[in-house]
Amino acid sequence: MPDITPSSSIVIDVRSVEKSFGEGSNRIHVLKQVNFQAQNGEITMLVGPSGCGKTTLLSAVAGTMRVESGEIRVFGQSLETMSGRALTRFRAKKIGFIFQQFNLIPTLTVAENVGVPLLIQGLSSGKALKRSREILEKVGLGDRWKERPNKLSGGQQQRVAIARALVHEPPLVICDEPTAALDAQNGEIVMDLFRQVARSADRSVIIVTHDNRIFSYADCIARMDDGEIVEVRKQDPSKPAQFEHEHDLGKSE
Amino acid sequence: MIGLALKMLFGDTAKYLMLVAGLFFATFLIVQQASVFCGLMRWTTATLKNVAAPIFIVEERVEQVNETNPMRDTDVARIRSVAAVRWAMPLYSGIQRVRLDNGSFKTIQLIGIDAASLAGAPGRMVAGNLADLRLPNTVVIDELATERLSPDPKDLTKRIKIGDRFEINDVEARVVGICKAMRSFTGGPYIWTTYERALQYTPPQRKMLTAVIAAPVAGMTDDQAALEIEKATGLRAYVNRDFGTNKKDFNTSTIWWYVKNTGIPISFGTTVVIGFIVGVAIACQTFYSFVLDNLKHLGALKAMGMSNFRLSMMLIVQALTVGIIGFGLGLLATSGFAMGAIEKGQPPFFMPWQIPVAAFCAIQVICLLAALMGIIRLSLYEPAMVFRA
Repeated sequence: MPDITPSSSIVIDVRSVEKSFGEGSNRIHVLKQVNFQAQNGEITMLVGPSGCGKTTLLSAVAGTMRVESGEIRVFGQSLETMSGRALTRFRAKKIGFIFQQFNLIPTLTVAENVGVPLLIQGLSSGKALKRSREILEKVGLGDRWKERPNKLSGGQQQRVAIARALVHEPPLVICDEPTAALDAQNGEIVMDLFRQVARSADRSVIIVTHDNRIFSYADCIARMDDGEIVEVRKQDPSKPAQFEHEHDLGKSE
Repeated sequence: MIGLALKMLFGDTAKYLMLVAGLFFATFLIVQQASVFCGLMRWTTATLKNVAAPIFIVEERVEQVNETNPMRDTDVARIRSVAAVRWAMPLYSGIQRVRLDNGSFKTIQLIGIDAASLAGAPGRMVAGNLADLRLPNTVVIDELATERLSPDPKDLTKRIKIGDRFEINDVEARVVGICKAMRSFTGGPYIWTTYERALQYTPPQRKMLTAVIAAPVAGMTDDQAALEIEKATGLRAYVNRDFGTNKKDFNTSTIWWYVKNTGIPISFGTTVVIGFIVGVAIACQTFYSFVLDNLKHLGALKAMGMSNFRLSMMLIVQALTVGIIGFGLGLLATSGFAMGAIEKGQPPFFMPWQIPVAAFCAIQVICLLAALMGIIRLSLYEPAMVFRA
């Protein structure tokens, strides 16, 4: 079991979390007494074989799923004690989301897609569009703001998704397989962006991934297996991570 | 959020057009059929519109204006003797046959009015002089008759005009005037003549008086006078206003008689209900499919912190928008149909303001049902699902 030592820079603190799906004999225990922490300004990766509970843990940390027992504190606030409405507001304000399939709305322009989190927070569409164009400049897509997402390459779409996740300046960014749909070159561009995101604004970035090409970008890698975190390793992002069971990590979903 | 909702809606052109088409079709069916029904019901009261008398007195068992249950000629005098009556005149109304030049027969609605007062005469003459009706063997015909009684209706030069003659039940009739009139329920044109001459045109019967038309004395309402007439004579006295205005209104009584005693409302009502069901089926199915197609985007919005309430409002805005557009187009198409119907004189078409208002409400109910299906589906969608590719 990894050693958990709370500190002031800890933004995510997961303690003894349990989660299962199904009923009776079909009940599957997905998270078993999980303890996990993530720190400010760091990229933390959750890795492990398919079905080990990475995405479930990510969903729970993101406040999109309730757990059965244990406690999840994000920025010191316990998600379990929040009402549904408060949790929705919390997600809107504190978390940026990047999905595996980008989930950009095809009928909106790139800039409109990026501005969605600002609209959710109640900003006017004019202000949202202005802010979206600023952030698109930062991800190198300033000249593509008027286009529809389907006109962009996979890498460009993921950069739009990153811009969308950052436009409202959330202190925590949650990413689900951000490089799964990208080739190596685009994967590197995206991960460089994540590194900037984490370092420049002292954000915490949590990434669920199978892609062992990007492990070197992590400050901390938590390996999961069968609903448990079996290994947590801090590393210098310039050096590749070494795991006892590294062959398990590259399995696709 | 409204902008976002509308962009998502208009962006999916195929489903958007399908939704609009379904609601357009439903609107057209509901409004057009309801208006034709109202027009048809209005035609049943054509005699009351064409003979603009404030009070109609008929035999006590008569419930509607097209039902003739003749009275004795002496009943006119009995009614005149009632103190509440300013004037009372005999009226003949019946369906007769006209023989055309080419030997064929056409049915007409013959109206016989008092020759001296001409009470019950048409309100708007198009040509000729109403007073000429006092000349021997003369009639005033409506515009429809100029076409219907023509030996060749398509040939404009052969339309019936002033001075032309035809026979009603083998008795000669000469046209001295042409007037505007509402079409009768039976589709036959209206022909006015004097009461005495109408009796000559009609095969003899023991009693020939169809109704007595009357007006109240000054200071008395139509209803009060009608009540007095009923008390004094035992006959049935109706007032002549408009549908739904009064319990004693002959228009109301006539229309209700047709509603209760014919299959017309069921026939039209069925089509209106089918229109509603078709609208519900197409709109709900298409909108639900639209929601399913967008579920991963809506789920992503939910995960990103959009509340269920705001997502529901987005769906409602989308549904009501297609509802308003579909309704507008449906109403436009109905107006096109109405223009054609009014120009040709048929089918009957009458659209009181209640019809488009009720249809608008029905279409919006359809849209809200469709939105509700989407809202239920979306509320069951866990935001965590968005992480499962």
